[in-house]
Amino acid sequence: MNTIYIPRDSSALSLGANLVATAIAREAESRHIPLEIVRNGSRGMFWLEPLVEVATDTGRIAYGPVTPDQVASLFDAGFLGGGQHALNLGLTDELPWMKQQERLTFARVGITDPVSLQDYIAHDGYKGLRNAIGMAPQDIVQQVTDSGLRGRGGAAFPTGIKWKTVLEAPAEQKYIVCNADEGDSGTFSDRMIMEGDPFVLIEGMTIAGIAVGATQGYIYVRSEYPHSIVTLNLAIKSAYEAGYLGREILGSRHDFYLEVRRAAGAYVCGEETALLESLEGKRGLVRFKPPLPAISGLFGKPTIINNVISLATVPIIMDKGSVYYRDYGMGRSRGTLPIQLAGNIKHGGLVEKAFGVTLRELLYDYGGGSASGRPIKAVQVGGPLGAYLPESQFDTPLDYEEFSKLWAVLGHGGIVVFDDTVDMAHMARYAFEFCAIESCGKCTPCRIGSTRGVEVMDKIMTGTDHAKHIALVRDLSDTMLNGSLCALGGMTPYPVLSALNHFPEDFGIHKKEQVA
Amino acid sequence: MHDQMARIESHIESHQHMAGALMPLLHAIQDDLGYIPEECYGVIAKALNLSVAEIHGVVTFYHHFRSHPPGRHVLQVCRAESCQAMGCGALETHVKSSLGIDYHETTSDGSITLEPVYCLGNCACSPTIMLDDEVYGRVSPQQVESLLANARRENP
Ligand SMILES: Cc1cc2nc3c(=O)[nH]c(=O)nc-3n(C[C@H](O)[C@H](O)[C@H](O)COP(=O)(O)O)c2cc1C
Ligand code: SF4
Ligand code: FES
Repeated sequence: MNTIYIPRDSSALSLGANLVATAIAREAESRHIPLEIVRNGSRGMFWLEPLVEVATDTGRIAYGPVTPDQVASLFDAGFLGGGQHALNLGLTDELPWMKQQERLTFARVGITDPVSLQDYIAHDGYKGLRNAIGMAPQDIVQQVTDSGLRGRGGAAFPTGIKWKTVLEAPAEQKYIVCNADEGDSGTFSDRMIMEGDPFVLIEGMTIAGIAVGATQGYIYVRSEYPHSIVTLNLAIKSAYEAGYLGREILGSRHDFYLEVRRAAGAYVCGEETALLESLEGKRGLVRFKPPLPAISGLFGKPTIINNVISLATVPIIMDKGSVYYRDYGMGRSRGTLPIQLAGNIKHGGLVEKAFGVTLRELLYDYGGGSASGRPIKAVQVGGPLGAYLPESQFDTPLDYEEFSKLWAVLGHGGIVVFDDTVDMAHMARYAFEFCAIESCGKCTPCRIGSTRGVEVMDKIMTGTDHAKHIALVRDLSDTMLNGSLCALGGMTPYPVLSALNHFPEDFGIHKKEQVA
Repeated sequence: MHDQMARIESHIESHQHMAGALMPLLHAIQDDLGYIPEECYGVIAKALNLSVAEIHGVVTFYHHFRSHPPGRHVLQVCRAESCQAMGCGALETHVKSSLGIDYHETTSDGSITLEPVYCLGNCACSPTIMLDDEVYGRVSPQQVESLLANARRENP
């Protein structure tokens, strides 16, 4: 029987993958060709979606982007045997985009059937858990620490150190919470894991539970991701049925229960303490720290809260060892980062690379330049609270410390590209606006400062009292930087000031100086 | 209304013993009825041992929850950075003028409610919209126009 792969990933669906799957099934039926259609995750080449892959003796051959009206011609061309066709891209693994990546966390995404436990296990799944079950908790935590893994949710805090605190906190009940709120514009790697390899996240959380003695886990998924919730729940159900979740996992003395909880569209609930409030059924107000969630987290109990990618990276570390993982990367940024290329980019999608790759390589070698064909003027790295970087900084390697030197952040690894038609004053105004919309309201600099920021930007953009208002933006940014409880208020100045400093002409500054 | 209350009661019954029950319960009610009627805050508060003010606080805090019925379809237009880089501004203007409404409003025929959204995780395929539970990527104003026309023709 022929096997073909058509992604179930939301982005592929957003470009018509379901319509293509239906058309292919119908065509096969009318031609009496037996066909197994696997709904896989996406390979992350979104300019080629819907990407249809055909299993052949030499490997999978890719066709894309496929539209329903091309399906008959694909059959005519014998695509099930890898036949020639205008959409034939050759072997998927040989495409430069795929070939030059270091896919560790994403090793299975696009390859397996995301909801098949059998397929997961056939592709090295649950090896990490099996190792962990035979280890002392301290040794599991040590292995994660030694790998150099730092939190991929944004703050880059060493994962092993966080786990150690929870391990050493005495309590009857502890929790593992997965932060799947992925609110940053330009990011979708969490989503691709949840839709493309949910078991790897489940395995990572189970290992975390065993490591620190937590028996209950929650995955807090944003409500904007209905498909992720479906795939997670399907995978969780089969994990329970096969003894990978629940009582005495794989016959060990460890219990671990896992549940998906839906968020409700508040960006600030991605902040870890606001997320915990939300899980408890309250408004998502940021908590004062200390106490750290590791000491007093969900329902006041010691809690590990980690991003999806952090947790989904644990299984490979427990399978292949800390040295294997740590050997990738540069400086204090060890391992790989799933990078997301978004916005005005010709080839948008997911690139997992060891730290050290430069922005320029990503934007031009992988991304192929802007989608519009115009020069790239700026990129925003690390979500709505990340700085804008101009062309002169494109040779910066992706590394946490190199980015902080530039007063920028890597965050969750999203890169949003803008061509030369962007007005950076407008983007600065939007940064304030977003902060005003999403502020939890707990501190004044954030709640009031952001609204004031929008007003001041309006003045700047209309040229009223120009110099005075530019100074006001800087003052306001200072107040927000220093007086906010969390990074929503505290980092909104990053996009604002980087836009102002790198692109003063968009704020009318050249013009003014010339007049003066 | 009577039927509605019965349904709400049954959601309360099946959720009230969960840890952190309020969010899952509010989702269940909104999934079922399309919104969370203010009339039910009292029974929820009682069942979960909270105050009506707390329920009100939670419903209003989260952008996703609504206390009034929406139109038959909900159109969300992404207005975050990646979609801006691909021209969602023009798309927004087009949609607003063709529907004759602003964000958080419903067309007079009750067919479409328009909402802004800040990233749908489809940023490699910007601009993006979500119509009910379906995401559409790389959309043009014409495509949105025809999706809306189809949706409005459909009977609820
Ligand atoms: C406003 C705000 C939003 C955040 N959103 C997210 C998010 O969507 N996902 C995430 O993993 N971390 C987010 N974070 C970071 C979390 O607070 C926290 O650092 C992270 O979940 C810890 O996990 P990690 O160590 O695995 O990165 C956000 C922080 C702030 C201040
Ligand atoms: S900075 Fe803003 S979002 Fe963060 S705690 Fe203060 S008011 Fe809330
Ligand atoms: S910014 Fe629009 S989908 Fe992410």
